Amino acid sequence: MENNLNSYFDKDSGSYKLLVRLQEVRKYGLLIAFVAVCLALSLTTPRFLTIQNLMIIVTQVSINALLAFGVTFVIITGGIDLSIGSMVAVTGVVAATFAHPDEYPVIVPVAVGLLAGLLFGAFNGFVVTRSKVPPFIVTLGTMTIGRGLALILSKGRPVSNLSDSFNFIGGGKILGIPTLIITLIVTFIACTVVLRKTVLGRYMYAVGGNEQAARASGIELSTVKMIVYTLCGGLAALAGILLTSRITTGQPNAGAGFELDAIAAAIIGGTSTSGGTGTMTGTLLGALLIGVISNGLDLLNVTSYYQQVVMGIIIIGAVVLDSVNQIKN
Amino acid sequence: MNSNSDYILQVSGLTKTFSGVKALDQVQLAVRKGEVHALMGENGAGKSTLMKILIGLLPADSGEIIFEGAELTAAHVRDVMKKGISMIHQEMLVVPELTVAQNIFLGRETKGKLFSWLDDRTLTKQAAMLLREMDIQIDPSIKMKYLSVAQMQMVEIAKAISNNAKVIIMDEPTSALSEKEVATLFRLIKDLTSKGVAIIYISHKMEEITALADTITVLRDGKYIGTRPASELDMDTLITMMVGRKIESLFPESTTQRGNEILSVKQLTRHGQFTNINFAVHEGEVLGIGGLMGAGRTEVARTIFGLDQPDSGQMYIRGEQADIRSPQDAIRRGIGYVSEDRKGFGFIPRLSVRENITLASLPAHAKGGLVRAASESAVANRMMADLRIKAASPEQFVTFLSGGNQQKVVIGKVLLSSPSIIILDEPTRGIDIGAKAEIYKLIHQLKEAGKAVILISSELPELLGLSDRIVVMAKGKQTAELSAQEASQEVVMHYAMQV
Repeated sequence: MENNLNSYFDKDSGSYKLLVRLQEVRKYGLLIAFVAVCLALSLTTPRFLTIQNLMIIVTQVSINALLAFGVTFVIITGGIDLSIGSMVAVTGVVAATFAHPDEYPVIVPVAVGLLAGLLFGAFNGFVVTRSKVPPFIVTLGTMTIGRGLALILSKGRPVSNLSDSFNFIGGGKILGIPTLIITLIVTFIACTVVLRKTVLGRYMYAVGGNEQAARASGIELSTVKMIVYTLCGGLAALAGILLTSRITTGQPNAGAGFELDAIAAAIIGGTSTSGGTGTMTGTLLGALLIGVISNGLDLLNVTSYYQQVVMGIIIIGAVVLDSVNQIKN
Repeated sequence: MNSNSDYILQVSGLTKTFSGVKALDQVQLAVRKGEVHALMGENGAGKSTLMKILIGLLPADSGEIIFEGAELTAAHVRDVMKKGISMIHQEMLVVPELTVAQNIFLGRETKGKLFSWLDDRTLTKQAAMLLREMDIQIDPSIKMKYLSVAQMQMVEIAKAISNNAKVIIMDEPTSALSEKEVATLFRLIKDLTSKGVAIIYISHKMEEITALADTITVLRDGKYIGTRPASELDMDTLITMMVGRKIESLFPESTTQRGNEILSVKQLTRHGQFTNINFAVHEGEVLGIGGLMGAGRTEVARTIFGLDQPDSGQMYIRGEQADIRSPQDAIRRGIGYVSEDRKGFGFIPRLSVRENITLASLPAHAKGGLVRAASESAVANRMMADLRIKAASPEQFVTFLSGGNQQKVVIGKVLLSSPSIIILDEPTRGIDIGAKAEIYKLIHQLKEAGKAVILISSELPELLGLSDRIVVMAKGKQTAELSAQEASQEVVMHYAMQV
């Protein structure tokens, strides 16, 4: 039936316009939910809608959002990356090792950390494209490898005593705006441009939407996947460096479980785990929604045990809503 | 409508509306006991909606269904099946990991008691008996996944029979069958009708309708157009009824002279698929490749396009040996390929018409990796107009288009990569006659424009009507190369069956 729907529709008919409007509503469903939650919270607790609190939320959200952007690229191509949490630890430890005061200029730890993340991501991409092992398994493996590497490199101890200039990267403010928020905005714009405006972005959707058709259109599948996993590694490194700088320590145990929050943000944001759909705006909103809800529950003195239950329900609810919408379509 | 007891199924005044649009408008259908009743119409005519209502998948808004003299009000699929209406779906709805017997009796193993003992041995015995009665040679104890599509279909029919079906609906049942399997299916259908079972037969293939149907009902745009005895209906009238306008000539006359040789293959071999294939195509020429399903035609096309690698043999493009290792290589050398598997290899369902059309030529509309939106939109719009792609807008997802329009999107994509050699593999499979005529016209235009076209088709009238020369394949071997004058349905079939 759905294949033929189009032939019944006259472009100017009322029912067609209604259908288009319904699709629009669906597109903005997450935004509406987000605004509704914010509204509800600002009515129930006076502390929610203050500049200070909003700054706190965005700061807390930014690390997760950066990871979520990376994993959104991967999920759109039909893959998954479970190793991003471990990459946060590895890259954080690596950067911290080069960030002691009076050793190297601040660019060195940043560059080395980023390089470590890109290499780690490229390794994921290499194994995924060269073997027939599903990305879930590959990155489950590298997740453990990464955690082990972080412990080896740090000898199991936190790497502290970092230079002030390094600690400014994730903990400072420029013109009163936390650097984390600035990084988040810049990265969001860059990722959106890559996804929506570049040939590479189009190819990501194509590979995830129908791999065989993409191949028959002359798209080199392994190149696209390689780039996507590498990009995800790079963004995880960015998150790892910012986190290390913010807590002024390279923690080998940092980032445990971050991959799940990031994947949750992407999925709440409408990225389909079967690949081929998803937007950066959706992922950003997903991450913000998670942040706002946990902040709100904090303000309302709900214990963190309940918060986890609530978050789980939201994840499932978002996907159920999306699948109901898809069936209607 | 008279309530003649000859009729086992009478539908009248059936109406169904989807969000304000009438998918069925006062449709009627009267099926006699023991007849093959063909239901015809273009895609979107309402055939599948009608069938879904009949088997209880969709409720009707209004109208009446009389089955065996009583009004059919059961709204549930299982009730309708019990009463004696079964449908053989185009995409086989079988459980691959269960055995044939388990599939036949699925849902009826223990008369509804969920926790009673499963007696597989009795089931297998009963299934064996059933299959023997139908003269079908399938072992009921093997897993479904080891069967061919044709065998699965047989099992589905056996399941319908075991449900005591009096009306069996078949939706495009031959779309994945070889000639021989089609013959077996037809024999089975004749056998069923002689026992009084009525068959509602949905198909786009005219030759099947002529061979099988006793009565033909035509729908168009959700409306009932008419019912006629098949013997009184000639092809032209039928097409006019379906399309609502006269299609003058499906196959345009050509005056083009063929030009230089563009592509040739020599001794092309891929083990287990095809051996020693030799042919050449020229500018302004349509080379047909005929043969039965499984003859290796698609495999040859895939190899030329670089999706698979040959084991031996050479390809020459404009006289130069070409080593094509990937689709990228092929596209760069001016080869375009429209796969026979539209859903699998053709389009990306959740990308828009525009994004699909430009997918193979996107770098041409990009600067420094950034897509130039205006330039991209312009070519997409032009291609949509050229190919008369019917979509709500260029931004509509391709998954929501009709089969014919999806096919045009895929062809548009291939044309935009500006190929000089275009391989069309079953380009009109499963699409309606109106869209078919347009694709025929397009092939003609490509030829007039000096392109070389390789046309793979299982539909003989199409193959004969469009091709300047025809290569015939059988079981991976090239059995003939025929000129348009030499080729006829009989001759092509003769070589296609040759071992």
